Amino acid sequence: MTLAAATDLAAAANENLANISNTLIYSSMAVYTLAFFAYIAEWLLGSRSKVGRTAAALTSKTQAKAPAVTVKNAGGTAVLERPQVVVRSAAGTRDVPDGPGAHGGDEQGDLYGRIAISLTVLAFLVEFGGVLTRALSVERAPWGNMYEFNITFSTVAVGVYLTLLALKKNVRWLGLFLITTVLLDLGLAVTVLYTASDQLVPALHSYWLYIHVSTAIFCGAVFYVGAVSTILYLFRDSYENKLATGGTPGKFANSVLDRLPAAASLDKFSYRVNAAVFPLWTFTIIAGAIWAGDAWGRYWGWDPKETWSFITWVAYACYLHARATAGWKGRKAAYLALIAFGCWLFNYYGVNIFVSGKHSYAGV
Amino acid sequence: MSKTTADTTTDTTPDRAAEDQDLSAAGSQLSTAPVEGPPNLPSLGVIGWLRWFWRQLTSMRVALLLLLLLALGAIPGSLIPQSGVDATKVSDFRDKNPTLGDIYDKLGLFHVYSSVWFSAIYILLFVSLIGCIVPRTWQFVGQLRSRPPGAPKRLTRLPAYTTWRTEAEPEQVREAALALLKKRRFRAHLTGDAVAAEKGYLREIGNLAFHIALIVMLVAFAWGQLFKSEGNKLVVEGDGFSNTLISYDDFKSGNLFSTDDLTPFSFTLDNFTGTYETSGPNKGTPRTYQATLDYSEGAYGKEKKTLVKVNHPLEIGDSKVYLTAHGYAPVMTVRDGKGKVVYSDAVPLLPLDSNVTSSGVVKVLDGYKNAKGVSEQLGFQAFFLPTYTKGNEVASTFPALLNPVLNLQAYHGDLGVNSGIPQSVYQLDKSHMKQFKNSTGGDLRENLKPGETMKLPNGAGSITYEATKEWANFQVTQQPGSGWALGGALTAIFGLAGSLFIQRRRVWVRATPSADGVTVVEMAGLGRSESAKVPEELGDLAGILYDRAPGAPDPDDGPTEPSEPTDHAEPPQAPEPAEPSISPDPVATAEGAENQ
Ligand code: HEM
Repeated sequence: MTLAAATDLAAAANENLANISNTLIYSSMAVYTLAFFAYIAEWLLGSRSKVGRTAAALTSKTQAKAPAVTVKNAGGTAVLERPQVVVRSAAGTRDVPDGPGAHGGDEQGDLYGRIAISLTVLAFLVEFGGVLTRALSVERAPWGNMYEFNITFSTVAVGVYLTLLALKKNVRWLGLFLITTVLLDLGLAVTVLYTASDQLVPALHSYWLYIHVSTAIFCGAVFYVGAVSTILYLFRDSYENKLATGGTPGKFANSVLDRLPAAASLDKFSYRVNAAVFPLWTFTIIAGAIWAGDAWGRYWGWDPKETWSFITWVAYACYLHARATAGWKGRKAAYLALIAFGCWLFNYYGVNIFVSGKHSYAGV
Repeated sequence: MSKTTADTTTDTTPDRAAEDQDLSAAGSQLSTAPVEGPPNLPSLGVIGWLRWFWRQLTSMRVALLLLLLLALGAIPGSLIPQSGVDATKVSDFRDKNPTLGDIYDKLGLFHVYSSVWFSAIYILLFVSLIGCIVPRTWQFVGQLRSRPPGAPKRLTRLPAYTTWRTEAEPEQVREAALALLKKRRFRAHLTGDAVAAEKGYLREIGNLAFHIALIVMLVAFAWGQLFKSEGNKLVVEGDGFSNTLISYDDFKSGNLFSTDDLTPFSFTLDNFTGTYETSGPNKGTPRTYQATLDYSEGAYGKEKKTLVKVNHPLEIGDSKVYLTAHGYAPVMTVRDGKGKVVYSDAVPLLPLDSNVTSSGVVKVLDGYKNAKGVSEQLGFQAFFLPTYTKGNEVASTFPALLNPVLNLQAYHGDLGVNSGIPQSVYQLDKSHMKQFKNSTGGDLRENLKPGETMKLPNGAGSITYEATKEWANFQVTQQPGSGWALGGALTAIFGLAGSLFIQRRRVWVRATPSADGVTVVEMAGLGRSESAKVPEELGDLAGILYDRAPGAPDPDDGPTEPSEPTDHAEPPQAPEPAEPSISPDPVATAEGAENQ
């Protein structure tokens, strides 16, 4: 076999793999769509908790006087063997129980919710296969252009969600919001951003590609999860405020927001998520600087991409600071978190599309 | 917060106020964050004002504001062309928008990151940072030298609380608790009837290390800017370079750089290799792009071979040699009418597009005599296509040397190089030159393939395109302080992880005899921020301690533990009866006061 024939054969094999990848991505979109409808069914069938727990907690007179105390078992199942720990929230915070989740205690709703999660797992596996075959078809990490970023990004975001679920964290409420945006993300990927699989320009031939880009995508996915819960926190918080001051929230708020976790829980969750990836984001930027030093002869050159990752970093630092500063906790800090995520998004879409710089690998 | 304060002011029983004070003493010094009060007005006098200003600058509120400003200030530089990044874009922008260009100029918007206002923001931020770190560090050292504050009177009011009754003696319980907490690496000590313990100091260390690392990074970066140097040199295959100022084509350096700082080394470009994608949408994109160098360190170092690629610069000392561009250098020989060689060299041409369509000039300065025997200068305008495709005369169709064609136009006269005005080696000043004509009277202009010759008319001589060499452009940069910057960056990451993942918390264990002869054990936990980890850990500790001081039967008159996990239970009442007999804990207040 001549060399040319061998390369042709390899190219054909790669083209095959690329086609398989495309098919898998489309299939995953189909399954995500089914999951989307199942989540919708969960929300529709699920009812607002019969007791109206939030309202009850916020309007009962006794509540205002003595801060509530919740009792938790600590130290395992042997309740009688061990003393119980009494947990009291800090003075001044509203003490509201978490909502029951999308199904709202409705059995059928719960069933659809479980179906939705199973479908999400399936779609995740299919999409993961799509990313993997894409990587095999180009014989490199699948992070060379925006199409590839997008499909990897949504895979990781769903992966993070499923991992949190597997760790028995209370995140089922994220499902519908997450899958909606995953569908948007994939829709953009296969229509506007699609690029046929190909090799990388030499500047991307580096093990730093694996380090820098993989952590960047992972951070983005986690920041995204944080942003969703921040938005829900803002809604839920105004809902609770309204109830606490004696207002009557709209029907929609009553039905949907009542089922979400308490504002305090959502706030804490988004803080945890954002704080947990902030060091990794710091690392991503530093790794990028080291790579830029090797590839372009300078560590930091205020290229638009570099500038915006710096802005994103400073914005998240603002958010973390705000939470430690009197007068900025709560809603103000939440707005900062959303601005910070907006910076991340702009760095990803905006800079790739509208601003030209050295990082011009977008392939659009 | 405001709600509780309001509460306490409305029913100001002295008891309640004392209790609140007691509680805040328990939580005091749990971090080194500056205490925040309302921004009250300064007392009179210059010192008063200065102190007020300093206190504002180093407050969390202003730090937050400055951080926000830093983020905002960085934005314009990413949207407006920057002279440090792309000077031609800046002049294009100025040409298109003259008025806006002037305004931008005045505001320093073409060099945002070195502008006065951007510098002011980050310098203020770092002054604020230093003003914040120094007192925090002292405070932290003080906290390490003193002991965790004693137990507040009413442990029930802390975020995590548990209690049980045991037959063990109070002393026994306290000793067991002290041993247990010490074993769990708490700093623990016995005060009065309780054990006070604290853990998680690494959080504070991490936070301080992170903020200090930021300063180290900034200083290292500034240092690098002052002492850095950056030069470019175009080298044709077979030629050499030695790292001295005069060898460079262009050279920039920081304010404090001196030529003695240049790392001594030299190299020869052995060979440049470029291969390119031959098909598909990315046709022509480079695949391999590398230069083989023979280099030696120092003045007389041994020669070594190395490969320089896009992500692999050659590192010698503080210096790095990057491969930044490449192009072609046709070898041309010029002969006079008698056939004498007056010029023979590889002439580097500058690429005009990604398919390396190139242009440049050949200047024959001396040694040439025309057909009449008069000394004259010759100039050639060269236009080069590495891959010539018929029908596409003006641009190369591929970056590799597949079908090279060199297009030449010839001039004679005075090149004007002696006029004293510096000239580019890539441009021809034609003001005193005349173009050679062909037989039909048009301009002489020919396409040559390697080995071909263009004859100048009337025995004026000839020019031969012999072969094609490649050239590579190298950027040599030297930036001291990058080691410090990297060290700072790594410290920042680990410090940050410590700061965000470690919770600083306190645990108190009180054991007191109750009226009916058994011992009441109370345990409480307090974290810097509300966290699920604190009650969990308290539960663990309580479980272990419970095994060493097992529960005694409940007295009939009241439940010790809430028996059912209800959502809104009243706080357990059990410890209350035991309390009044014990005097308020003097140690707790004393400790709290000492640390303030
Ligand atoms: C250069 C800009 C700065 C950056 C990027 C930065 C970043 C951060 C980050 C990421 C944290 C972690 C937040 C946490 O532990 O929850 C933090 C904490 C902190 N920073 Fe900064 N910071 C900066 C400047 C400052 C300044 C100027 C001050 C002084 C006013 C300051 C005071 C603090 C304090 C006191 C904490 C701890 C807060 C706490 O105990 O929760 N920082 N900072």
